[in-house]
Amino acid sequence: MKVTLKVWRQKSRNTPGEFKTYESPALNPNMSFLEMLDVVNEELANRGEEPIAFDHDCREGICGTCSLVIDGKPHGPHQGVATCQTYMRSFKNGDEIVVEPFRARAFPLVKDLVVDRKALDRIQHAGGFISVRTGSAPDANNILVPKENADLAMDAAQCIGCGACVAACKNASAMLFVAAKVSHLGLLPQGQPERHRRVKAMVDQMDAEGFGGCTVTGSCEAVCPKEISLDFIARMNRDYAAALIRGEPKPIAGSGAG
Amino acid sequence: MATLNSNIPAGPLAQKWEHHKFSTKLINPANKRKYKIIVVGAGLAGSSAAATLAELGYEVHNFVFHDSPRRAHSVAAQGGINAAKNYQNDGDSVHRLFYDTIKGGDFRAREANVHRLAEVSVNIIDQCAAQGVPFAREYGGLLDNRSFGGAQVSRTFYARGQTGQQLLLGAYSALCRNIANGGVKSHTHAEMLDLVVVDGHAKGIIVRNLQTGEITRHNADAVVLATGGYGNAYNLSTYARGSNATAIWRAYKRGACFGNPCYTQIHPTCIPVSGDYQSKLTLMSESLRNDGRVWVPKKKDDCKRNPADIAESDRDYYLERMYPAFGNLAPRDIASRAAKVVCDEGRGIGETGLGVYLDFADAIKRLGEGKVRERYGNLFAMYHEITNEDAYQTPMRIYPAMHYTMGGLWVDYNLMSNLPGLFVLGEANFSDHGANRLGASALMQGLADGYFVLPATISGYLATQKPDKRPATDNAAFKQAEESVQTITKRLLNNKGSRTPASFHKALGKLIWEHCGMARTKAGLERGIKLIGELREQYWKHVKVAGEAGEWNQSLENAGRVADFMELGELLCRDALHREESCGGHFREEYQYTKNDAEVQQGLVNPGDVKRRDDVFAYVAAWEYAGEGKAPVLNKEPLVYEEVKMSTRSYK
Repeated sequence: MKVTLKVWRQKSRNTPGEFKTYESPALNPNMSFLEMLDVVNEELANRGEEPIAFDHDCREGICGTCSLVIDGKPHGPHQGVATCQTYMRSFKNGDEIVVEPFRARAFPLVKDLVVDRKALDRIQHAGGFISVRTGSAPDANNILVPKENADLAMDAAQCIGCGACVAACKNASAMLFVAAKVSHLGLLPQGQPERHRRVKAMVDQMDAEGFGGCTVTGSCEAVCPKEISLDFIARMNRDYAAALIRGEPKPIAGSGAG
Repeated sequence: MATLNSNIPAGPLAQKWEHHKFSTKLINPANKRKYKIIVVGAGLAGSSAAATLAELGYEVHNFVFHDSPRRAHSVAAQGGINAAKNYQNDGDSVHRLFYDTIKGGDFRAREANVHRLAEVSVNIIDQCAAQGVPFAREYGGLLDNRSFGGAQVSRTFYARGQTGQQLLLGAYSALCRNIANGGVKSHTHAEMLDLVVVDGHAKGIIVRNLQTGEITRHNADAVVLATGGYGNAYNLSTYARGSNATAIWRAYKRGACFGNPCYTQIHPTCIPVSGDYQSKLTLMSESLRNDGRVWVPKKKDDCKRNPADIAESDRDYYLERMYPAFGNLAPRDIASRAAKVVCDEGRGIGETGLGVYLDFADAIKRLGEGKVRERYGNLFAMYHEITNEDAYQTPMRIYPAMHYTMGGLWVDYNLMSNLPGLFVLGEANFSDHGANRLGASALMQGLADGYFVLPATISGYLATQKPDKRPATDNAAFKQAEESVQTITKRLLNNKGSRTPASFHKALGKLIWEHCGMARTKAGLERGIKLIGELREQYWKHVKVAGEAGEWNQSLENAGRVADFMELGELLCRDALHREESCGGHFREEYQYTKNDAEVQQGLVNPGDVKRRDDVFAYVAAWEYAGEGKAPVLNKEPLVYEEVKMSTRSYK
């Protein structure tokens, strides 16, 4: 099979970009989409043209490095998979495929199809953790976690941090990403002491990074490679409201030591 | 010759670590912030080390080539993490985990290191659970376990088929907390391209910013490498595409010894290669062998038939037949070699004949499809995406693939290389797995090194260095190292060749797989070394690198990494050639059991199993760089066993 690619090319953040059209060489339908790009890039390199820059690493759907909006959909045509797990058998011989970067104000472009997603890390720095020093933990079985909670926490925790939810959202909101992290830790007994501080800090940082607000269209859930549920956004909103009402927790009188 | 002192503490095995921690010098809290430590890499070992060192009060700088520390390839580990908790009351103990790991490594690891690993394994689970790692639970809220290859107890903790991801996110969350409070300065898109050695001590690194191409110098009181293994020398592997050996290789060229490079792990259960365009191979977790049964047809003629049409009596469940005590949970090296043997006999399945079945029909009958889906659903889904086949209906097709490297930079008991001030953690060092790693032990080692071992040992070195006295970056050694990096970059970009680095990488991978893969011979290795040498010459004559130095340039990144793999590949073969014995993942066809051996007649091993030569090869081979075009120098660290007797490794 062969396909025609319309690919966004942009030398750097400050130079204008444009779509360029490339004809693929003969492809095997069992190739992954990224392997198809490898083959196209080898051809470009052999012709003396600059290869298309795109992000990728593990190529098994877990590191969250790959991105791409394929025919208008982040991570391509299939549900519940990342771009690296999209195979050419999902396309037809002769198809024209449009390939763009993830676009959002909080994701500045680096080159061609590569964007900078460090804003997601900065949200994590704001509070995406349980404060536990190495060596200070009690025996693991001293903390009992009901299986249902552990399973639900895992559903949220499997977020790969790719940013497809942002790319799909018309407001470029990062609510699904933040909700996944907040819910994962908030569902576990270990996460309770910092629960309200965490949600407040992470949401504030999300806003500061320039991500948009959530209008619950559900496009994030539809493109999420880990199929993380919109329900987690509701869960986070509830925690956020509770955090606002509680305000900053005040120290208990008389509890300070010398 | 390098001086190799393993610094294994004296005293009984079970008390060595306790004693050592007590006798290691400490740094007082007010002085800790005067020491700057560079940690390269942010997988399990790197991020856990960076976070813990910052908690102790050191000034920590963390460098990753990814856009975020959360992307390191530890994230892809599926099955689980071992710990001697004995929560199942099935007879586990620190000593048993120690023994299983020593035996699993075919008696080629250091006793003291492995015992320490087993000791701290229990603390790791506590630490991770407290961080909020969502481990699998039983209905009562307690932690669940499963079993893994090479063990007869259930000691593996897991989070669905994404244990590596969850442990990494736990370590990353600890790192985030320390980045936020200023303890760690995080440098992303920052690739280490050289190690700076001042007066024989590691005192800094040279880094290229992958976004801008800028080259910078960074000084420190100690440098920690946690940059993973070198399996991508084989090109096709289960590693991430970006995984590379540049950091450890350039440290080797600055004087750090490379331990046991020929100890590589070929994992038995990966999705078979389907075509020349392929960029990577995908692992199917070893945990699948808990419920899946491995088989091939007994008759060659049946190989192309639909597996459902092959009668039970015409199937050869070869692992259950050959290793009845461990069956489908035989260790990885043994399971891989057995798959190769049946395929070499012409009984392999699939289009290429390089494949065996992993069949869940019995498990589905016994447990129901729902239970199988709950245990392995994400793996079955992954298999379906790649192969377009439904493993609930028809058996999976699997074949061994390059997966992990037990070899790595040589370190002593303190995880310090022979270059003082250089520490090496996780897969990047050689220390704990001997000649074969057991499943669910890589996560254990990465986190043991980072959370518990290095933070306790590094002060011993720092106490010998005056605070606030590290060399400045205008020191001649920094200048020389930066120039050396610039020279390589210029040479690559100015080469007016005609072939891409990727095409050379493919050729190199094929050469190493063919000559230094699952079965190795003297003649094959000699030929491999010659061909790799020729390919390397071709590389520097004909490689063509697109783009410029001062920009995001994936061709340039890749070109440097491939150049290092070319050199490392040769050392790998050289080590395999010199080790005239078989052990673990290193199988030399000349050294295998035959039906005439007493061990076979006693029923301990099968003909064709690996045959060690403890009288000659019970040592760590630590290779030392001797300069461009010169043969590396072989240093030997004898393996002295005080507790365990090196015996025949039997899984029958």
